[in-house]
Amino acid sequence: MSVTGTRLQPTIFELGRPGRGGGKIPHPPKDALDRIPASARRTTPPGLPEMNEPDVVRHYVNLSQLNYAVDTGFYPLGSCTMKFNPKLNEWAARLPGFANLHPLAPDAAAQGTLQMLFELEGALAEISGMRAVSLQPAAGAQGELTGILMVRAYHRARGDTGRDQVLVPDSSHGTNPATASMAGYTTVTIPSAEDGGVDLDAFRAALGPRTAAVMITNPSTLGLFEARIGELLDAVHAVGALAYMDGANLNAILGRFKPGEAGFDVMHFNVHKTFSTPHGGGGPGAGPVGVGETLLPYLPEPRVLREPDGSFRLERIGERPTSIGRMRSYAGNTGVLVRAYAYIRAHGGSGLREGSDDAVLAANYLKHRLAGAYDIPFDRPCKHEFIAAASTLKKETGVRTLDVAKRLIDKGYHPPTIYFPLIVDEAMLIEPTETESVETLDAFADALIEIAREARETPSLVLEAPHETPVRRLDEAAAARQPNLRWRPMSGAQTPCPD
Amino acid sequence: MPYGPHTAADRAKMLGALGLSSIDQLFDDIPVALRASRLDLPDPEPELELAARLSALAARNRIDLASFLGAGVYRHWSPPAVDQILLRGEWYTAYTPYQPEISQGTLQSIYEYESLLAELVDLDVVSASHYDGAAATAEAALMTCRANRRERVLVSRGVHPHYRETLRTYFSGGLQLDEIPLVADGEAAGTTDLAALERMLAEPDRPVAGVIAAQPDFLGLLEPMPAIGELAHAAGALFVAVIEPVGLSVLAPPGAYGADIAAGEGQPLGIAPQYGGPYLGILATTDSLVRQIPGRLVGLTTDLDGQRAFVMTMRAREQDIRRDKAASNICTNQALLALAASVYLATIGPHGLRDVAALGAARAAELEVALAGAGAPRIHPGPYLNEFAVRVPDARLVHRRLLDRGILAGLVLADVEPDDPSLADGLLVCTTEVTTPQEIERFAEALAEILDGRPPTAVEAGAGPDRGTLAGSVR
Repeated sequence: MSVTGTRLQPTIFELGRPGRGGGKIPHPPKDALDRIPASARRTTPPGLPEMNEPDVVRHYVNLSQLNYAVDTGFYPLGSCTMKFNPKLNEWAARLPGFANLHPLAPDAAAQGTLQMLFELEGALAEISGMRAVSLQPAAGAQGELTGILMVRAYHRARGDTGRDQVLVPDSSHGTNPATASMAGYTTVTIPSAEDGGVDLDAFRAALGPRTAAVMITNPSTLGLFEARIGELLDAVHAVGALAYMDGANLNAILGRFKPGEAGFDVMHFNVHKTFSTPHGGGGPGAGPVGVGETLLPYLPEPRVLREPDGSFRLERIGERPTSIGRMRSYAGNTGVLVRAYAYIRAHGGSGLREGSDDAVLAANYLKHRLAGAYDIPFDRPCKHEFIAAASTLKKETGVRTLDVAKRLIDKGYHPPTIYFPLIVDEAMLIEPTETESVETLDAFADALIEIAREARETPSLVLEAPHETPVRRLDEAAAARQPNLRWRPMSGAQTPCPD
Repeated sequence: MPYGPHTAADRAKMLGALGLSSIDQLFDDIPVALRASRLDLPDPEPELELAARLSALAARNRIDLASFLGAGVYRHWSPPAVDQILLRGEWYTAYTPYQPEISQGTLQSIYEYESLLAELVDLDVVSASHYDGAAATAEAALMTCRANRRERVLVSRGVHPHYRETLRTYFSGGLQLDEIPLVADGEAAGTTDLAALERMLAEPDRPVAGVIAAQPDFLGLLEPMPAIGELAHAAGALFVAVIEPVGLSVLAPPGAYGADIAAGEGQPLGIAPQYGGPYLGILATTDSLVRQIPGRLVGLTTDLDGQRAFVMTMRAREQDIRRDKAASNICTNQALLALAASVYLATIGPHGLRDVAALGAARAAELEVALAGAGAPRIHPGPYLNEFAVRVPDARLVHRRLLDRGILAGLVLADVEPDDPSLADGLLVCTTEVTTPQEIERFAEALAEILDGRPPTAVEAGAGPDRGTLAGSVR
């Protein structure tokens, strides 16, 4: 049986019929647009579908049923922390006081939200051991760019203009080198050592007067804590560079490791990972950045400030000339941040630490269960995620990680992240999170073990998977070769503008 | 742990399987000297109490005001169908559709979003979403630099100040950004100065990659977009139009006046203001620039059986494949808000969308008359859609006093454009279809009373921008 609904849907363009819909907005006066000069007017109406509300609702409900989601099943997508999204948080973000507040409302009209943001900044600073936090970045990658632009501003302010390189390990997220490029740096890639950690000798050899920053994910994308982190940070600072921590994997170490205390200068948080805000089919997230004393002057504007009288306000334009400036419009993805705030309050300090403990325990247990059926390239305690690989399986049966992943769908699961990080052959990056029961973990392990057996006994079953889904494997090559990115009946062009 | 499933027995079972006695042993790899100090946060809060705390915080915000504030974020009627669809867990608790076989819902919805927005902007390709209008505009500017290998972009001062500030930040890595002034007076006051643009485009040895202008501009005025585009193209630059999607139901779309890229804020398409986001960055371009557009794209293809299906495509532009050679570092986007925009457009329909724009314009005309009668005439003479600037003596103080009376009198322009003396006494006000004639009347009456009253004292007028207190006395 398919793990999602199976009924494919027509596009919304095929469903529309001229004359349907209406009843939402009062009719404007006939002369409402007379003041708009003809040269600025639209002459051909957009070819949008005309639909009645019941058909719209049915269309999107039916479409939704073609999705796999955390609310429908186990979603062990490594590096994405697909934990449960608490329903209280959805309720909270929709409270009219939060939802209907205009982002340019005067501070006096926004005290509730400003207080929430101020408290959230403080909580994230405490969690990370950083001196201060900006909530402005819209996503993790924008948090990275914010951080690296602050690094740039720091070196520039010191007249240290020779630094044009950012170092990243070869296991890093693709966003790290892409961020370095966007900030005008060239990327130097550092190989990993045998044990999965950064190769300290290669790292030291690459560091120098051209190094602006080093971007490190800890725990790494292999799910391993960087045991030599102290030496790494010392080496970075010894050459006058700064250390950036990619906080994507923070869910492993809450209450166990505070990057700011350890010596990182700047980091970002992915609240849609660590703090349970929903992933939304690809977004939205929020990517707050935390900084130590060194980068404090450069935080993006506006910060949230508390006045001596206890009221809150946003920083004004130009109030802090050292700021790198804005990363986006308005204060940030506040609606997402409400959810993160609720999550942190619900857990408290003890609950956050317990969550990380359980996430790490679950990952180690699952790794233990899979040993034997799959390669476990790094056989030591992992953090919240781990690598299992199908390299031996591929050699022996021809079945690849992609096939295993697709077969998992038939068994009722979302596959793990596959072929990432790039440095492990046939990698599966598995992250169970703390909100999955031991029964779920066992059933998932059983399914993966069974797939390994199927690969040996009836490989076609795995090679041709998935069998039960609404569509089978897709022709991705054709999609890229001759892109069809837009429905083109162009109905608007055939209909003369009514006015 | 409010949401965790593990009982003591579960934990014991897992630890037993691992041959461990304590979870602490799983953290032995953290060097002792670097282990965290105690996490000093409040105790866990039961749901009942937390709900009360959140309600109390939300209630401290004032949303009871008669609001005339727009400035890039607009209040609109969002049919309840929009949010109810968004609340389905199959949408909001899924992630990026990496496994197309079990993500056809999200993939098709993104394809439909791309197609719906393509209709609105009249361009070929729309990305799956960016963070917001400002970030989308910054990405558009970077696209122009990549596309024609030039390093200088011109942005009109008519573009939203937050967008210009964001552009400056994004360009601090080494690219050049210059601002095109606005016409100071006359019929075209407040719109992009075409003569200045022409001069800037002709500066020797400073080739321009792209020219950015907004329609309507930040002051609500209609820009001569075709003329700006022609000047840009004549200099070999690309033309980026910053758009507002509801207005596109009645205003000429970027494709009609030759824009190469459209960027803008999708919030007006059924998305709540929520103090800054999450919103929807719209980014669109022509087929010829498709390899330069950053962010995810969903395309239509077939599966092994020849069935129609949707998939993320042209992924060689993206950071997880190309790393430092990617078109952008964007990963997480605003997919759920793109869905909101699609459901909004489908529910409200093309005629409804036109009515939204036209009714907002009609209310704005009423507001213009009412405010002028109260002593606050428009600053600029040119045509506008549903937002305009008025001149009010002591604008900041008047704004504050109106707030005391439950009226949010738009935006104090000096707070966001402090360097433009022509806007020193300006309020930027807007209406939409949700503005009522009664609210307009209340605004005008209160304003007339305040302006007719005694002149403000120096103390009341204050020396700086709004400091977040309701200073000044209620008359």
